Amino acid sequence: MKQVDDHAAQSTPRPSAPASGSGRPAGETYVWVTGMGLTVGLTMIVLLLALVVYNGVSVFWPRHVALVEFQDDGATRFRDGTRALGVILIEQDRDMRDLTPEQRDSPNPADRREKQLFLGNRDAFGQSFAYFSAGDIERVSYPEEVIRAERMEWGDAIFFPIRLELQDADPIEADDPAFDSTLHKLVDEVNARRAAITRIERHAIGQINLQMRDLELEERFYSRQDALTPEQQAARDSVRDRMEQLRAKYEPLAAEAAALRAKQEENRLVYRLVTGDERSMPLGQVVHYYYPNRLTLAGRARLFAGHIWGFLSGYPREANTEGGIFPAIFGTFVMTLLMSVAVMPFGIMAAIYLREYAKQGPLVRAVRIAINNLAGVPSIVFGIFGLGFFVYFVGGNIDRVFYDRALPTPTFGTPGILWAALTLALMTVPVVIVATEEALAAVPRGVREGSLACGASKWQTIRYLVLPASAPGILTGLVLAMARGAGEVAPLMLVGVVALAPNLPVDAIFPFIHLERKFMHLGFHIYDLGFQSPDSEAAKPMVFATTLVLILLVVVLNLLAILVRNHLRKKYATDKF
Amino acid sequence: MNEASPDSAPAVDVAQAVRQRRVEVAQRKPEADADVNLQHIQVCNYSFFYGTTQVLFDVNMDIPERRVTALIGPSGCGKTTLLRNINRMNDLIDGIRHQGDILIGGQSVYDRYLEVISLRKRIGMVFQKSNPFPKTIYENIVYSLRVAGRNKKAELDETVERSLRGAALWDEVKDRLKESAFSLSGGQMQRLCIARAIANRPEILLMDEPCSALDPVATGKIEDLIDELKKEYTIIIVTHNMQQAARVSDRTAFFYLGKLIEYDDTQTIFMNPAEEQTEAYVSGRFG
Repeated sequence: MKQVDDHAAQSTPRPSAPASGSGRPAGETYVWVTGMGLTVGLTMIVLLLALVVYNGVSVFWPRHVALVEFQDDGATRFRDGTRALGVILIEQDRDMRDLTPEQRDSPNPADRREKQLFLGNRDAFGQSFAYFSAGDIERVSYPEEVIRAERMEWGDAIFFPIRLELQDADPIEADDPAFDSTLHKLVDEVNARRAAITRIERHAIGQINLQMRDLELEERFYSRQDALTPEQQAARDSVRDRMEQLRAKYEPLAAEAAALRAKQEENRLVYRLVTGDERSMPLGQVVHYYYPNRLTLAGRARLFAGHIWGFLSGYPREANTEGGIFPAIFGTFVMTLLMSVAVMPFGIMAAIYLREYAKQGPLVRAVRIAINNLAGVPSIVFGIFGLGFFVYFVGGNIDRVFYDRALPTPTFGTPGILWAALTLALMTVPVVIVATEEALAAVPRGVREGSLACGASKWQTIRYLVLPASAPGILTGLVLAMARGAGEVAPLMLVGVVALAPNLPVDAIFPFIHLERKFMHLGFHIYDLGFQSPDSEAAKPMVFATTLVLILLVVVLNLLAILVRNHLRKKYATDKF
Repeated sequence: MNEASPDSAPAVDVAQAVRQRRVEVAQRKPEADADVNLQHIQVCNYSFFYGTTQVLFDVNMDIPERRVTALIGPSGCGKTTLLRNINRMNDLIDGIRHQGDILIGGQSVYDRYLEVISLRKRIGMVFQKSNPFPKTIYENIVYSLRVAGRNKKAELDETVERSLRGAALWDEVKDRLKESAFSLSGGQMQRLCIARAIANRPEILLMDEPCSALDPVATGKIEDLIDELKKEYTIIIVTHNMQQAARVSDRTAFFYLGKLIEYDDTQTIFMNPAEEQTEAYVSGRFG
């Protein structure tokens, strides 16, 4: 309100009021300078978010596929032909150094521009993207019969369909009215079969493998002994029996999976590329397909939602550049939760001691300064400490004591989600301590004195009045810690994150939470996609989409904590203890 | 903590003696021990220091039971310090020291066998700034019972009604006991704090300028209340308002620069003070 008043005073100077001695007009001049600082900051944040949201979301929008035809006498060719088929992504100025003198002086500005096309069909073309001089493009059309299909390998395929070759029926030509419905039905079947294979291989066979590994360890233990007592011999025989039983259980499952896999190859789709080459692929390759130039707006929106869902819930394929990011989302979430569980009690206990019990003096001041400095230590240092202390020392000793039969294969003595969570907890504990201390200090002295005067002990005062009253502030600290932990990458690379984890840290196999497992993390996923993948151009949209998900995840975690905080605030303002 | 009370326990079994004495002290009630009056306070040669600053000089007072005793004097004269030492609230401050003693019912508040918590349970305190807990009205009142481990619903309900009636607040809040204490007005909050102070049936009530933040109507209600409460409790009230001291108190003590200048019946202090300083202060010529 005050600023508005000042503003008004400034824009309508009163004639009677003379300027002050320095000739400066009356009013709060610095309101503009300070306001500018805020504006610049906000603008940058909004622009960054807009960029990420636009690029991250537009990946999933099913765009039209253009048939681009070049001039017969122009220089531009695509694989010796004059046509290219793909999604037009951007149009931009060409690099001046690539231009011929004629193009540089050409009256037509289109000669100095180029278009980027997403071509797909990496198996045939060797590349997914290509640039074409805009001046050489004669015509752009959107043929209705084009299909864009997402495949298990080699990325998307964009093609003209020819026919379906079926195992136990006559082929169906693409112009047959039954073609689309049959293809649709078959792709659904293929996907159902793929899910069944995953179920068998990942869960049933995975469980057998785990049991087998345990038995093998036991067996190895016995076979290492020089002489076995009769009891040991009996135990070894029982282990071998059980291994046999497991093998017997494994065989039919493996056979079932192999049969399903063979069925995936039965039917084939024959198609023609824009270059005229005819190719075919087994339907088992197809994840889903659509006619990009035939879709209505509603159909496009439905596909858009489906793509987003597939991205969020799917597993990554092809070095993470295709498929979904579910394991990374899940890993980030579980790691952040574990970290919160570890950091909360220690941070709060430390803060209570420092603020409520410790005699305030030079020592406590020094400890406080040290804690504040700890918050500024580069995170990679914590990563190295976590690797040396948690992984090698603590984990190594756990292995020696509890898992000595598995040695030299480490169980806990190797990076894993538990060590990652503990390392990040260590890194964020100063944040929690500082926030908790501030929250405790904000509880009015009168409330404490009132409680003590009622005959409450110091601990009762803390437990029943001080902690509830400072719970919102403590949770704010936890929110900050969570946001920092969820977005951290550098230390995690040392203590448990991998680019592709074979299993989730939580699953249906006993003991359900596997703290020793390595995990995937959104932050590391972004790094891996953007800077470690073989085709960074293809991965770019995924980088933006993953960034958006990471930002959203942090926002969701924060919102969750804020909701809990508001709930607590209400609860402790009115409820009994 | 107990420089003033020499250790007189036999050397045989100190721990046993401490336990025994604690039980005795905790269980001692006026009716059980006729010659001990737990509402009677004596301040004996009492001096008090914050670090190196002496704020009380050799104070001697005999505070009668079931009377209102007012402590008056200009700011910084040590009256609040004395009040806060009766239930040892000043223990929270670092670097304090005392000489002499304060006796309640003949027993030193610094007795090493006396737990400060049980001392505070017997002494209610009302602060200058009302300080309700961030809880419901109901929970504010029963707090002192709950921290003592008394959780029976019937007893709690009975206590809430008795205390709120005692603090003349019952009719105003009886329908909203489950609402937050912060929904009350300033005067109601201070009366809630009084109700909280008397919930555990203390013997002594300490009031540190209870009306300094209130309007005249609320002040009048609280003064009426003090008049009512003195039938049951020994009340010590610190006040800056001399009319208030004259209205509510039976005895008045005038402090100046940490010294007890004069201590007598209120009527004497205001009508016929023995000391010149007292006369100057009560007539408003300084302070």
